[in-house]
Amino acid sequence: MVYQVNLKLLGYITLALILLNTCILKRRDFVKQATLSSFATLIGTKIVFGSNMVNGYTPIALQDPDPFKLFNKNREMVVLNDRPWNIESKAHLLDDKITPNSSMFVRNNGLIPESIDVDSWTLTIDGESAKAKKTYTLDELKSNFEQYTYQLTIECGGNGRAEFDPPAKGNQWKVGAVHCASWTGVRLRDVLEDTGIKDDAVYIGFHAVDQHLSRDPNKEAISRGCPMSKALQEETLLAFQMNGKDIPLVHGYPLRLVAGGWPASVSGKWVNRISIRNKVHDGPKMNGTAYRVPCNPVAPGEQVKDEDMCIIESMPVKSLITYPKTGAMINKGKKLNIRGHAWAGELEVAKVEYSIDFGATWEDTNLEPPANRLAWQHFSASVDFPETGYYEVWARATDQSGTSQPMVLPGWNPKGYLNNACHRIAVKVTS
Amino acid sequence: MKNERTFQEEVRRIYKMLISLFLLFVITGGSLIYYSNNPAAFDFKKKAETTPVVTEEVDEDRIEDGIHVRTGLKDDEGLMVVINNCTNCHSAKLVTQNRMNAERWNATIKWMQETQNLWDLGKNQEIIVNYLVKNYPPQKKGRRMTLSDIEWYELEN
Repeated sequence: MVYQVNLKLLGYITLALILLNTCILKRRDFVKQATLSSFATLIGTKIVFGSNMVNGYTPIALQDPDPFKLFNKNREMVVLNDRPWNIESKAHLLDDKITPNSSMFVRNNGLIPESIDVDSWTLTIDGESAKAKKTYTLDELKSNFEQYTYQLTIECGGNGRAEFDPPAKGNQWKVGAVHCASWTGVRLRDVLEDTGIKDDAVYIGFHAVDQHLSRDPNKEAISRGCPMSKALQEETLLAFQMNGKDIPLVHGYPLRLVAGGWPASVSGKWVNRISIRNKVHDGPKMNGTAYRVPCNPVAPGEQVKDEDMCIIESMPVKSLITYPKTGAMINKGKKLNIRGHAWAGELEVAKVEYSIDFGATWEDTNLEPPANRLAWQHFSASVDFPETGYYEVWARATDQSGTSQPMVLPGWNPKGYLNNACHRIAVKVTS
Repeated sequence: MKNERTFQEEVRRIYKMLISLFLLFVITGGSLIYYSNNPAAFDFKKKAETTPVVTEEVDEDRIEDGIHVRTGLKDDEGLMVVINNCTNCHSAKLVTQNRMNAERWNATIKWMQETQNLWDLGKNQEIIVNYLVKNYPPQKKGRRMTLSDIEWYELEN
């Protein structure tokens, strides 16, 4: 009797032990697997020549493998390209009046500098039309010139490229390659005038420390610029702060040229030299089809000769609905509050309208004046829907010269620039 | 009497067995608790040793569902030629984002040779362009596309 009972007990204990051991083994197995594959998973690829790697060495990609962490970006942003880094924002992430770093798109033509020695950083002004060649340290720039802060809209020339048909070459930006942050720095004009500008000056061209994609030290990744008239504007800055802090590395630390209202490529990052030219600047990405559109309109897909392409200057009028996020479902009878921003390159936005019937009728929104020239303006409206069903809310801005955003794609161009077609969000009204 | 002694011996034996099982139980339980607080304790391989192991384990050119995992490129004739010539300077994402016909892919290659230090591709150019045109042809979008990939959500307001 007792014997039998003990046998039973023994059975239970054994069973319990087996279960416990299985449990441990399973977890051990899991942990082992995880450790083994963690490095590979983190980079998202295998480490080529990994077997040659020195013990204890952490590859650069691994030092901070996550671009969202690396650049402090919202995880909803979209990586278009990882070499070079190009990351796009989304309409609803741009809802803030002043765009925080976390929602700012990243655009690079070359490789982000790996290290910046801020103490030895200098800016040199030179060029055919500079009266002298002069070099400034960052401290000299900050202390010798008055500082200004402006909110400046910067939009990538190729924002909206993804919609062109036939498709245009390059990163396929949708709507998120635009931001309006607050920039602090000195006026480019003050620095240029301190060096001295000759009468024959036509253009400025920036030079920066980012590396060419091929890592060829004799090649610049990008060296663009603007006519003297833009360079001498009050709002054109040599900025060292963004949103009240040092500019993040990916956005041009420690010194960035900021030219609001023009294609973002004019706002050179990591700038260490500015040349005053006696002709239109001819650095990389100034020629050919780069940041140029046909001088005269062409049919979609048409071949355009290089000499028939003109440099993009002021960006066109545009708007973005930043609230609500597309896909909102609301109950019938409820108003939908919408809001967003509108900008018009060098110009001010005169009005923003919305339509819920694909442009058949338009209603005005409440539009605020800009915080300063070249800052985007905020609009808002309260929208009524007559019936249940699927709607699209379209926004259309008109600039002070009376030019509006088109509802369909604007003129096709080989590189897919300047798509300022109306932005729209989808809304469902349910009973 | 003999039966009783046998019985007592039996009980003692089982008692000892139970004691040792109990001890084993305590040790296992203790280890389990220690392990859950410190999972690395049972990982007898040193961390530094795991790095090379990874590289041996993962196949560089693994294909899953017709996609070359490392680059995201479609598996088709010419894949390796494309990888070897087109992903040295820029990411494959720049390739897969774009849609062009043969003429424009060729023009793009010419541009890269003129400005971006791309080498002469020789006979490989045709293989590359054929691969690209077949796998990444232009898509018709018209003057305005229908809104797609909408994630619907209830909006409280």
